[in-house]
Amino acid sequence: MTNALAFAALSDPTRREVFERLARGPQAVGDLARGMPVSRPAVSQHLKVLKEAGLVTDQPDGARRVYQIDPKGLGQIRAWLDQFWDTALDAFVAEVERHADDDANPQDKDRP
Amino acid sequence: MSQTIKPAAIAKTFTVRATPEKAFAVFTDGFDRWWPRSHSIGDSPLKTAILEPGIGGRWYGRLEDGSEAMWGEVLTWEPPARLVLAWRISADWAYDPNLTTEVEVRFTALAGGETRVDFEHRDLERFGDSEAADRTRVMMDGGWSLILDSFKAVAGA
Repeated sequence: MTNALAFAALSDPTRREVFERLARGPQAVGDLARGMPVSRPAVSQHLKVLKEAGLVTDQPDGARRVYQIDPKGLGQIRAWLDQFWDTALDAFVAEVERHADDDANPQDKDRP
Repeated sequence: MSQTIKPAAIAKTFTVRATPEKAFAVFTDGFDRWWPRSHSIGDSPLKTAILEPGIGGRWYGRLEDGSEAMWGEVLTWEPPARLVLAWRISADWAYDPNLTTEVEVRFTALAGGETRVDFEHRDLERFGDSEAADRTRVMMDGGWSLILDSFKAVAGA
């Protein structure tokens, strides 16, 4: 999540309108599209961009999906960190086990 | 809209074929040898990743342009069993000295010279307490008008 991405997501006036409507409370796509001068697929597209920017989240409610503001973007940063640590810890394991073989001569102690 | 979100800690457990002493040493002294180069903040590529030993030791990156990007510091240093680091990088990827999330790594000896590693990155809800989140919350209280004004200023709209 970056402010740049969030700002880019809000650069479209219709998307901003969608966002502001969600700021008043969670809504389904159909409800959002009503009263807006754009088609429902267009609203869906804007919601997709907002979701990718970490600004809104969605969850199923029967046959429809309800969207709401993700106030802190915490879900997104958690998902990102989870992947971040997977990569880092894989590299750690590879390095530990590479050196497990030369415990007898720990010559490689200096940082590059 | 007010809402409390408390995300679960990121927790990972795995086994390495090395003693706790070795695993702890590689994690700390050997930090630069395994820390992915892609995992950095700042305007310049990461040149060296450094984890200084002992409580209060800094955990940071030295960048190609010679500048340093702080990530946090060592909170607990108990070789070879336990290490706790403060992660102070906020949700908008900036060092924030007022933000404390904790990264704990525990090394437990297993039979056959292996080590179980228990990793946890916790207090993730505190990302919502950072200055960036405070700004966001204030903006939300203002019905998003401020964030949009801020956007317009940035975008020159």
